[in-house]
Amino acid sequence: MHAAATPVQFLWLIPVLPALGVLFNIFVGPRAGRGAVNFVSPAAVGVSFAAACYTFMRLLDLPHGAALVQDIYPWITAGAVDVHVAFHIDALSAVMILIVTGVGFLIHVYSTGYMHEDPGYARYFAYLNLFTFSMLLLVMADSLPLMFVGWEGVGLCSYLLIGFWYEKEANASAGKKAFVVNRVGDAGFILGIFLIFWSLGAGTHSLRFTEIAASASKIPPHTVTMITLLLFVGAAGKSAQLPLYVWLPDAMAGPTPVSALIHAATMVTAGVYMIARLNFLYILSPTSMAVVATIGALTALFAATIGLMQNDIKKVLAYSTISQLGYMFLGVGVGAFGTGIFHLMTHAFFKGLLFLGAGSVIHGMSGEQDMQKMGGLRAYMPITFWTFFAGTLAISGFPPFAGFFSKDAILGAAYGSQYGSVSLWALGLVAAGLTSFYMFRLLFLTFFGDCRVDEHAKHHLHESPASMTMPLIVLAILSLIGGWIGLPEHWLWGDRFGEFLAPIFSGAHVAEHVSAGTESVLMGASVVVAAIGFGVAYLFYLVQPGLPMLLAWRAKGAYNLIFNKYYVDELYDLLFVRSTVALSTFFWRAVDGEVIDGVINGTASVVNANGSLWRRLQTGNVQHYAISMLLGAVVILGYYALR
Amino acid sequence: MTLVPIQLYLILGAVLFTIGAVGVLVRRNVIVIFMSIELMLNAVNLVFVAFARQLQSMEGQVTVFFVMTVAAAEAAVGLAIIIAAFRNRETVNADELNFLRW
Amino acid sequence: MIVLGLGLLVMLMILSLAGVVVVGGIDLAGLNLGHVVFALQASLMILSALGVIVNRSPIRSALSLVVTLFLLAVMFVSLDAHLVAMLQVIVYAGAIMVLFLFVIMLLNLHEDRPAMVRPGVRGFAGFVGTLFFLGAVHFVMHPLGAAPGAATVPAGFGTIEQLAEQLFTRSLLAFEVTSILLLVAIVGAVVLAKRKLA
Repeated sequence: MHAAATPVQFLWLIPVLPALGVLFNIFVGPRAGRGAVNFVSPAAVGVSFAAACYTFMRLLDLPHGAALVQDIYPWITAGAVDVHVAFHIDALSAVMILIVTGVGFLIHVYSTGYMHEDPGYARYFAYLNLFTFSMLLLVMADSLPLMFVGWEGVGLCSYLLIGFWYEKEANASAGKKAFVVNRVGDAGFILGIFLIFWSLGAGTHSLRFTEIAASASKIPPHTVTMITLLLFVGAAGKSAQLPLYVWLPDAMAGPTPVSALIHAATMVTAGVYMIARLNFLYILSPTSMAVVATIGALTALFAATIGLMQNDIKKVLAYSTISQLGYMFLGVGVGAFGTGIFHLMTHAFFKGLLFLGAGSVIHGMSGEQDMQKMGGLRAYMPITFWTFFAGTLAISGFPPFAGFFSKDAILGAAYGSQYGSVSLWALGLVAAGLTSFYMFRLLFLTFFGDCRVDEHAKHHLHESPASMTMPLIVLAILSLIGGWIGLPEHWLWGDRFGEFLAPIFSGAHVAEHVSAGTESVLMGASVVVAAIGFGVAYLFYLVQPGLPMLLAWRAKGAYNLIFNKYYVDELYDLLFVRSTVALSTFFWRAVDGEVIDGVINGTASVVNANGSLWRRLQTGNVQHYAISMLLGAVVILGYYALR
Repeated sequence: MTLVPIQLYLILGAVLFTIGAVGVLVRRNVIVIFMSIELMLNAVNLVFVAFARQLQSMEGQVTVFFVMTVAAAEAAVGLAIIIAAFRNRETVNADELNFLRW
Repeated sequence: MIVLGLGLLVMLMILSLAGVVVVGGIDLAGLNLGHVVFALQASLMILSALGVIVNRSPIRSALSLVVTLFLLAVMFVSLDAHLVAMLQVIVYAGAIMVLFLFVIMLLNLHEDRPAMVRPGVRGFAGFVGTLFFLGAVHFVMHPLGAAPGAATVPAGFGTIEQLAEQLFTRSLLAFEVTSILLLVAIVGAVVLAKRKLA
């Protein structure tokens, strides 16, 4: 990757503005009042978005494949390590910062409405800004260590925001679960970084991406496979793939805008970004590519099956996210890095929209999330309904919405790429059908049919305020037109998006042996499958509502298995959690409580006892003291006399 | 005047000092303890004067002068303390004036 | 009984004082009159010192102490410390002991009950005291330091002029500090002993 690097001086603005927002919210926020916080926090991200747009414009001016760089300061200079805090904006980073700041801005605005009555609003916006800052660090970093800093930062903010309403034990536990599972992934990530450093051999290393790319071919193949697999463990943790996905459904305990921003649009996509960024390493290891693609496809299918049967509106979307992330990994796993990023972008639009819409529904339902208690809401919340409908069409892959183009591109790559296979394509196709089904199921249960809402909640049913509906509308528009920059090759202006990103992945010579005819057939198959999903959902939930119950009763075993998420959480609890908790309890009670505390308390009591013994000399009787003085004098005299 | 060997004066001083010391240790009435202390001081004075004579130096007698002064001051203050303690506890028994006990 | 004893004591004191002043230089063979006087004084002194610590009544102890102080003053005279002897009588016996007597009468102290002497400690204290005495005697007989000095003293030794000269030149600092000490003692005694105004 030979990119011309142009130094500039303004890149620091992009992450610093949200950081300033954090400081404001921590120190001034609680005293400044809701109005100030509601203005400052979205504004910080908004101005950052403007800066990102400017950066993007500047990048377009440069020749294809160039990058804007800014070195902030040397961070670690010791021995063989020379890591700087520096930013590197190429086409990939530019796309990411636009997504993060743009969608982030919309979600900040949405939050001002959603979190309106919450007492901890300053804390919420501080965390949200901190998250934006960390995510920007992650995507703007020019080296692995700095990216890892951002990686950890978003993990931290995820924990803080999931457990935002920490007074409830369940929320705090969900936050902990997310953090711990993430940590498992991060262990793999760190080992990967160490292995890279070690395999680069002698000399000083800055672990810059450009530098690693230059030396990548010198690393022995098995080491490369090891490195990429370890890094993928990290990606699997952060992006909720098998087997480290268990934290994401629980993460729905946090406020819905958090789910939209972190667990749909940005943080969970960090794993995909990381693989795209390190594409030059992955290309060198076909084994890892296969692993990535296979896990991606399996996750896509697996999560879709669970999502079929969930009754909580947010849980359906959570499993949907896991599934869509599987698609992204499938894309990068078969070598279509640009396509994976394309789906990342469109997913940010429509999944963000879907989550915000769900938040709107929950807000209107005064906190109810169970779809079995909803129904017929489109009469009460029209804007929410129409935008949600747009999102559903997008995710199901109906043209001309965005999801169709990105998902179809991935499926096409899975079919035709040298790393892909028909079986991968088939898995993806089935998952697409299931996606369409469960999304329309969600739509019908929530907005159509009889209104099963409780009488009490019905009184409060209302459309959400403008601060919440405006972002919905914007995202709905983006879900429609967002895919039009990545059209298939022979349509209109073609794949402008892919061309923009192409220089980043220039090292990856991925051949796609797909003729125009095959491509059309594949596209048609996708649409047909989506339509089938729609049809079945229509049948089950609008025409014959009793049918699902009948089928569930007939296939009770399978139903129970899937409804209980294949008992994965219970399995993990049995295998890992119980022993760890037992070990921790042992260390807490026995080692810390008895041994360490014992030593310290023991020392104190020994001193105490000693003191109690000797203080009896202090009788308060002066004559006792006098006799000891005389005795002392006698001893001294005796000593000198007998010498 | 004829000189008595100085050792006799010193031994006399030692006897008086010992008597005073035993008195401090044995008696319980604080006033008597105080007087025993005065006795000890006087024994020391005797020794000082004897040595002044022996070594032909006035310094010994000046020291006695100061000892007397300090003893006076000490007696005054000490008796004031005894009076104050007596007001508190209505006793001059050394065993009962154990305010500094643990 | 007390009066007789006191009278006897006073007589003895006067006798010894006279003996010291008059009989001075006659040097009989062997036993010197000075030695005799000294022996008399010493035994009386020891008796009255024992009286201080043995008497059950504090008043009697105080009076015994007065006798001891007087005898000590006499002994000072025989050691050519005339001024110091006078000071002993005036300050020690005259002021300090009077203070003691005032306090004893103020506190209205009666005879101590027999329990006022610690039984167990008596033996031990006596033992320790004896040990101490033996130690002191040892160092008297085998002194660590210099040999004894001359037999006669220069003229004017022990008079006011000599004492004053020493006091106001070489010991001036101690003198000044002691005066401050006295001031402190006065203030302290007054503060400690006065009744708090209700």
